[in-house]
This record gives sequence, structure tokens and C-alpha cells, in this order.
Amino acid sequence: MTPRIVELREGVLKKNDAVAAGLRVRFRAAGVCVVNLVASPGAGKTLLLESTLTELQRLGRCPVALVGDPETDNDARRLARSGAPVRQIRTHGLCHLNAPLVEQHLEGWDLAPVEFLFIENVGNLVCTTNHDLGEFVRVAFLSATEGEDKPLKYPGLFNSADAFVLSKIDLAAACEFDREAAVTNLRAVRPEAPIFESSGKTGAGLAEWLAFLIERRSVLLGSGG
Amino acid sequence: MHELSLARDIVEIASAAASGSDAKRVVTVRVRIGILAAVSSESLAFHFEEAARNTLLAGARLTVTAAPVVVRCPACGRDTELPDVKRFVCVVCGTPTGEVVSGRELEVESIEIS
Repeated sequence: MTPRIVELREGVLKKNDAVAAGLRVRFRAAGVCVVNLVASPGAGKTLLLESTLTELQRLGRCPVALVGDPETDNDARRLARSGAPVRQIRTHGLCHLNAPLVEQHLEGWDLAPVEFLFIENVGNLVCTTNHDLGEFVRVAFLSATEGEDKPLKYPGLFNSADAFVLSKIDLAAACEFDREAAVTNLRAVRPEAPIFESSGKTGAGLAEWLAFLIERRSVLLGSGG
Repeated sequence: MHELSLARDIVEIASAAASGSDAKRVVTVRVRIGILAAVSSESLAFHFEEAARNTLLAGARLTVTAAPVVVRCPACGRDTELPDVKRFVCVVCGTPTGEVVSGRELEVESIEIS
């Protein structure tokens, strides 16, 4: 055969994207606002999520969570203390969650009463970037114990976020964390995204964060849903 | 790890297309990868060679085109190409914008078969 070119234009992650699109339709129909939390390991995702689950329930809301880690169910057990339904996804070495893993772990879960599904991704700022989980809101964390220039080092991930959490803000002084530089760098890669300063330890910033989640849900899914 | 699984996906997509076209072998695979896709071309090429072994793609050349980041300006409406990914602003009017219209691609553009 004479050599010839076959045009394809096929997405390499099309399988993941197709499952994610299916999930998004399901979530929308059930009125579930899905929030994908991405950060490096140890950035304070679990602690903030624990208080988020507790407080949303106190406000009469119905949140649930999926949490991804390579091993252990430590985070699921921690989060379950909030009283919200939580499931652990053990990835066995995979450095990010993908849509099929999310779909698989939702099996048998009645989404009808659920208002918020938080997906705590595996701690990773690279591979989480391209994997759509069917979320409506992607939130990237930058903690006060990390370098202020992380958004510039990982522009792909930080640009893909819809909102930012500046976590562990109670440690800012001790770590000589330059808030202004951090905010400048976040704005450099994603100018439109709101930034929430928070401390899982002291509860600082929690009220604004909760108000944001509730507002996003009503904008995305309608307040009646 | 990430590049290895991507390499396998690329081989799978190209193999399926090649089989569908009655190809004896695949000579070249052209992929387009956005600057923001966070994929290393070198690492991808390394894993591609391995993933292609014992398939129609054995020995095939992988050509990677880096897709630049293009942002849409909310003020002037233009789509402009960023010179780097340190500051997301409209190149024409300077308005900050994080609305990326391209630069996240991860696609198999075409294959050359024989």
C-alpha cells in the first residue's frame, strides 16, 4: 500500500471525557453540585472538607464526599466523623482520580437527596489537571506552608480552577508566607477565580466559603433543585 | 506513570484507526499537545516506543506539536496567543483573562499508514 495519511483528531482522554459527560448529566438531573478539590498532598483539603461537611449539615444541607488516596481509608474515616456519607477511593498508586473511578464508587448510592458531592482528589498538581470528573466546580488549594509561586510552577492546574482556597492561613506568619505574592500569582494564571482564605484549625474564612458553595449550587442548578 | 498511560491510549487509538484502514503498519503518529496539558513530550516519546511494541505501530515515529495557549478577552473579545504562561492577559489590550480557548489539547491528529 502507498503510504497515506488518515486524519483522526481524536482526544486521547476521550473515554474519560465521555464518562465524565455522562456523570455530569446524571448529577444535574439529581440536583447534585459536584466540587472537585485539587491540591498537593498535605495542603489541608481533608480538614477543610471535614468542617465543610459538618457545617453544611448544620445549615440543613445534604453533602456527601468521595475521597481519593493511593492507600488507606484514613481520610474517609476522618470525614465520616462529620456524620455525612463518605466513601474512600483507593487508587493503588494511580496519582489522580478519573471519571470511571468516580462512577464505579457511586454505585448503589441514591443521589436523589444529595445536594453537594465533594470529590477530594489525590494530592497531585499535574495529573489531576486533565481528568474531568464530571464536576461543576474545581477548587485548587494553595497552603501557607507551600511556596507562593506554586501557581506559576503549575499553571495548567491552577488555570483550570474555578476558585482557590488559601489554606492554613493561621500558619502564614510562622511560615513567612507572603499572602500578597500568593494572590498576585493566583490572579496571574486565573484572574477571574475567587480566592478564599481559610484555616481548617481556627475556622477562619469558613462562612465565606460555605456561602460561595451554596451560591454556586443555586446558580448552576437553580435554587429550587 | 501519566505519560505511560497516555502513550498506551495513543497506541490504542492509532491501532484501531489503522486496522479500520487495512494498514500493514503505521509509519508516523502525529499528536497535538497543549502547553497547559502538563505532558512531557520526551517522556511520552520514551513510553510510546515501549507501548508500540508488538502492535501495528512498532517502530512508528511520534511527532508532537505543542499547541500554544490562546485566551479570549472579556473586554475586547479577541482571541490572542500568549507568549508564555506566566501571565494570562489579553495580548492586545492587556485585560487579565484566564479563559483558555486552546492550549489544553491532548489529541491524535493523524496517522501515516502503509
